Amino acid sequence: MNGIRTTAGWLLNRPWIWVFAAALLVWLVVVLEVSGRGAGGVLTVSLQFATFYVILGLGQMMVIATGPGNIDLSMPSVLTLAAYLSMGVMGGSDANLWLGVGTGVGVGLAAGVGNVTLIHLLRIPPMIATLAAGFIVDSLAMAYSTGSTAQPAPALMAFSTGRVLGVPFIAWLFIAVAALVAVTMQLTPFGRHVLAIGQNERAAYLAGVRIRRIRSAVFILSALAASICGILLAGASGGASLNMGEGYLLMSIAVVVLGGTSIFGGQVAIPGVWGAALLLYLIVSLLNVLSVTSGVRYLTIGLVIIAVLAVGHSGRNT
Amino acid sequence: MRHPQASLGVPVKATGFHGTLSALWREDTLRVGLPALALAAIFVIIFIVEPAVMSYFGFTILLNFAMPMILAAMAQMCIIAASDIDLGVGTYIALVSCIAATLLQSMPAVGALALCLCVLAYIGMGVLIHARRLPAIVITLGASFVWLGLALLLLPKPGGEAPAWLVSTLTWKPPWIPLPVLVTILAAWVGHILLMRSAAGVVLRGMGGNAAAIRRAGWSLLAARGGLYGLAGFFGVLAGLTLAGLNTSGDATIGGRYTLISIAAVIVGGGEFFGGIVSPVGTVVGALIMLLTGSLLSSFDVSSNWQLSVQGAILILVLATRALGRRRR
Repeated sequence: MNGIRTTAGWLLNRPWIWVFAAALLVWLVVVLEVSGRGAGGVLTVSLQFATFYVILGLGQMMVIATGPGNIDLSMPSVLTLAAYLSMGVMGGSDANLWLGVGTGVGVGLAAGVGNVTLIHLLRIPPMIATLAAGFIVDSLAMAYSTGSTAQPAPALMAFSTGRVLGVPFIAWLFIAVAALVAVTMQLTPFGRHVLAIGQNERAAYLAGVRIRRIRSAVFILSALAASICGILLAGASGGASLNMGEGYLLMSIAVVVLGGTSIFGGQVAIPGVWGAALLLYLIVSLLNVLSVTSGVRYLTIGLVIIAVLAVGHSGRNT
Repeated sequence: MRHPQASLGVPVKATGFHGTLSALWREDTLRVGLPALALAAIFVIIFIVEPAVMSYFGFTILLNFAMPMILAAMAQMCIIAASDIDLGVGTYIALVSCIAATLLQSMPAVGALALCLCVLAYIGMGVLIHARRLPAIVITLGASFVWLGLALLLLPKPGGEAPAWLVSTLTWKPPWIPLPVLVTILAAWVGHILLMRSAAGVVLRGMGGNAAAIRRAGWSLLAARGGLYGLAGFFGVLAGLTLAGLNTSGDATIGGRYTLISIAAVIVGGGEFFGGIVSPVGTVVGALIMLLTGSLLSSFDVSSNWQLSVQGAILILVLATRALGRRRR
């Protein structure tokens, strides 16, 4: 009796378990649908693409954790520009690999500092600061894309599509990064400060948390995450394109919120980011296996996200 | 003189009542006055650069696409009045344009029903957001996938054909005043009456400004949010119809830009993200500023790639000025 209650309590405290369960369920349906053939392949591909959602999701999660109204809307734009510039610098040769990666990460850093400047110096609400910054980054990408042959270096391509034991390199890497983020959020002063700001900004301020410094750090981290995602995505798909960021804004927020992180901040669920990313990509795979049109695919993803939020998200009394 | 925009979000202190009112008046004059001045300046520059614009047909061509943009901004304004943000309004407008170019043409009754369902869906979204206390930004973003999916199902590739009556309505040439100018004035006037002058408008804006006060006064917040979302859905339908009529066809993927520009228009036109502070007249002015900066840049031969940048910079400039002004007070 007691055991059941503690088990139930343990489960209730970890809503991300359900996301993994749902992901497993969807995977089983896919496996049934393809009658067992290529079941492992589906999982590998899902891990590969879920990793991109996870990279963005981890960045977005830290921003969201700092409280209501904090969302980085510039992520898909930064992703695209970082992909373009880094591919442009690489020019398809391994000699310029690190220069290209550095350029891409530099784009992320610059965008993050830009966002922080708008938020702190010009006192623009974060949502709108990142929205407006996204406009500007978008038009930079558009201007740069004309007359640029964006090719990844072969080494980058090999890295972003390679796998060990059937699991993609980048999935291994970002499982480790997620674990690192989890430790950071729970055990380091930085992580505790992020959560403290999200729970009660005024109380955190009075307790001596340097709010501006912490908030600057999370917005720069999220822009860096977007740029890294852009470089790896361009590497995996053989180049950059102007609409490569399409859909990633919703996914970056969806994996965070479906994974059990509160949209109102102050609390995070890092395993849930991975679970939700896998769930969402497996749903996409399932729809591909069923060979539905892109219309049905968008419709289903949108409805699933709204439905899961409507049923599962417990809003806070405000 | 009583200014119609005495906003509910700002507490009026008992002492120095008149002083506070006149301060409010000054703030609100600036709120809509500055963008109006900026718009006038843009018009002057356009007239100097391209004098041919100053004619009946010149105005029609210059402002044709102001119609869907203004209506999209009005839709966004209703959501921002509830202190929410709609990241799906652009794809919603694209969906309406696809319905107009397919169902409304082949089966008018079914098409009309579909448009009613669109408005109902918006009301439902507002009710869902309110009842479950969900973040509007995420739900509207999720809904944008739903609208896009439906639009792609109706019209997988851009095309279709807008009904003849819709196209002829949008090419109608009223005497003296060009149609886009007429629609612009009408939209500002209707929005002003609806939100600023009517009793219902006070309740609707009050929901975004001081929800507790509205609830204690006996109004249903659920109905207020549902009403604002329904109004947004209605303006969105009008925007989609005008867009389909102007293009004579539908396109599922044109939405993205309208979302961003509609938000910018509301803010540039004096709206605030919190507190139910919006201005229909200002929103119309804001939408025109956003549209005309594009025309202005192309008349200076600036690549259209940079239009987004300039629009983003305008948004930043307006918000930064406002924040600095607030700090000084």
